[in-house]
Amino acid sequence: MLSILLLTLSILLATFVLQINKQLNRHLEKNSKPFDMVIGAKGSPLQLVLSTILHIDNPTGNISLDEASRISKNPMIKEVIPLSFGDNYKGYKILGTSSQYLGKYGATCKEGRLNTKNFEAVFGSEAAKNLNISVGNAFVSSHGLLQNDIDVHDEKPFVVTGILAPTGTVVDHLIITNIESIWGVHEHEHKEHKEEHKEITALLLNFRNPIGALQLSRSINKDTSLQAALPKLEIDRLLKFLGIGFQTINGIALAILLVAGLSIFINLIKTVRERKHELALLRTYGATNFQLLKLVFYEALFLSLIGFILGWLLGRIGVLLFTTLASNAYKYHLEISIPDEKEFFILIIVLFTTILATILASYSLFKLNISKILADA
Amino acid sequence: MIRTTSLRFAYQNTKTHTFYFPDIDLSFEQNALILGNSGIGKTTLLHLIAGLLIPKKGNIFIGNTCVQELTRNQLNNFRGKQIGIIFQRTYFIKSLTLLENLKIREKLSKKTTDQQRRIRLIEQLELTEVRNKKVYELSEGQRQRLSIALGIIHKPKVILADEPTSNLDDKNCEKVISLLKKEARICKSNLVIITHDQRVKPHFDKHIIL
Repeated sequence: MLSILLLTLSILLATFVLQINKQLNRHLEKNSKPFDMVIGAKGSPLQLVLSTILHIDNPTGNISLDEASRISKNPMIKEVIPLSFGDNYKGYKILGTSSQYLGKYGATCKEGRLNTKNFEAVFGSEAAKNLNISVGNAFVSSHGLLQNDIDVHDEKPFVVTGILAPTGTVVDHLIITNIESIWGVHEHEHKEHKEEHKEITALLLNFRNPIGALQLSRSINKDTSLQAALPKLEIDRLLKFLGIGFQTINGIALAILLVAGLSIFINLIKTVRERKHELALLRTYGATNFQLLKLVFYEALFLSLIGFILGWLLGRIGVLLFTTLASNAYKYHLEISIPDEKEFFILIIVLFTTILATILASYSLFKLNISKILADA
Repeated sequence: MIRTTSLRFAYQNTKTHTFYFPDIDLSFEQNALILGNSGIGKTTLLHLIAGLLIPKKGNIFIGNTCVQELTRNQLNNFRGKQIGIIFQRTYFIKSLTLLENLKIREKLSKKTTDQQRRIRLIEQLELTEVRNKKVYELSEGQRQRLSIALGIIHKPKVILADEPTSNLDDKNCEKVISLLKKEARICKSNLVIITHDQRVKPHFDKHIIL
């Protein structure tokens, strides 16, 4: 029983970590892939990438539109997508951007149409579902990125023109409108000092060739008050930090697997010892040592497979529980997937351990003294 | 037919003490009792004949086969087919039913299974009603009878019984002995019984005293 428990635990940990690792990697790559560079206010480059691409951190600040447009004129740049945000609706971020943004994530409308005019907005599938929004509804944004009722821009309501089909990316958790609407919401704040130039949060850039991105990022970071960050680089850095954690958990899983293997072995020896009368009896019936070994092996195999399947199922349930948590906190959705090749590899390790344990236990089986066992009362 | 010649045996841990056994010569279908005081090596002799122990010296012939000359696998095979042992203590596969125990015994002997014989044997031993019960649910007497059935179900050439009547009352003792004798006749086998039970002695002519 203990060996099944240990095996289950180790398989649970290993498959869980593998799945999270794999899906997190895929998620990060999928979301950061459309863009070569982010330009925003000075600060931590990782924070800039997290806030503007993955939408899980606060932005580093705003940048002036004039300065941003100056940089956008660089001939190496293929396309520029401006972002402006700072408001939310019931906790869902309202992102002001150009129409190209949704195209980058392959998002299309499931209902209604995309936003074309000011104060029109489309909802990501998850946001629409959780807020129970449908086309034609109106809503008002509140200031900041967290839900609050105090600072509500209730004089400037938005109209929902469309709901997006699920994309499996961050877009699912966003409310998309155009930049002008974001500015419009905040116009009253600027009334006293109308001269102030317009601001955006960040620019997402794509380059004609990768060398352009490197060159430009160096010059921006050195010569301007702006900051350029390369999403791929930052995501790699992030995964490297996380990797240590994943490796630790995998190490623990491996250690438990070793203990489980040992426990299977002890279990086998115990079986041989407890059932020595039956085994000796079978020998007098004409059974060979090999037949008895097979018997013992099948029992061990049965335990191992139960442990593996149980562990795998619990691992998937763990992913499922984690996803309900992560989906809200990190705009991040995990899938329950079929066994992959790494899990198959774990299964092979488990089977190999079972065979090894059987071979080790066979010694105690072969040296059974049939005559003595059956003669002793 | 069983024949032993100048048989000697010593247990590995007590090298000083060697058992010397008298030569046995049983003709075709001849039965015998092995008598002697405790500790004199009765069970040892039985295990030697069954091939469970290897003698230090001497030979054992069963039919035309010299047991010592068989290879490991041949010995396993031979034991399964030709030897039936009824143990002093009853041993079974605990997780199986009475009937399943008999079936596995037949199967491992690699002889063709004989359903008629199985049914008849169970009937004779009055086990029909409990045949689908797990062995641990059986009474002591039923176990003893099952143990006998397991020893003879596969029609061995040699039936070896170690104190088969020790736990039985007079009536059942009588029954068991006559059944063993009858089965030995049917199977055309030698019946060798270890006993110190006075009730058994009158039933057999040949007594081997150790």
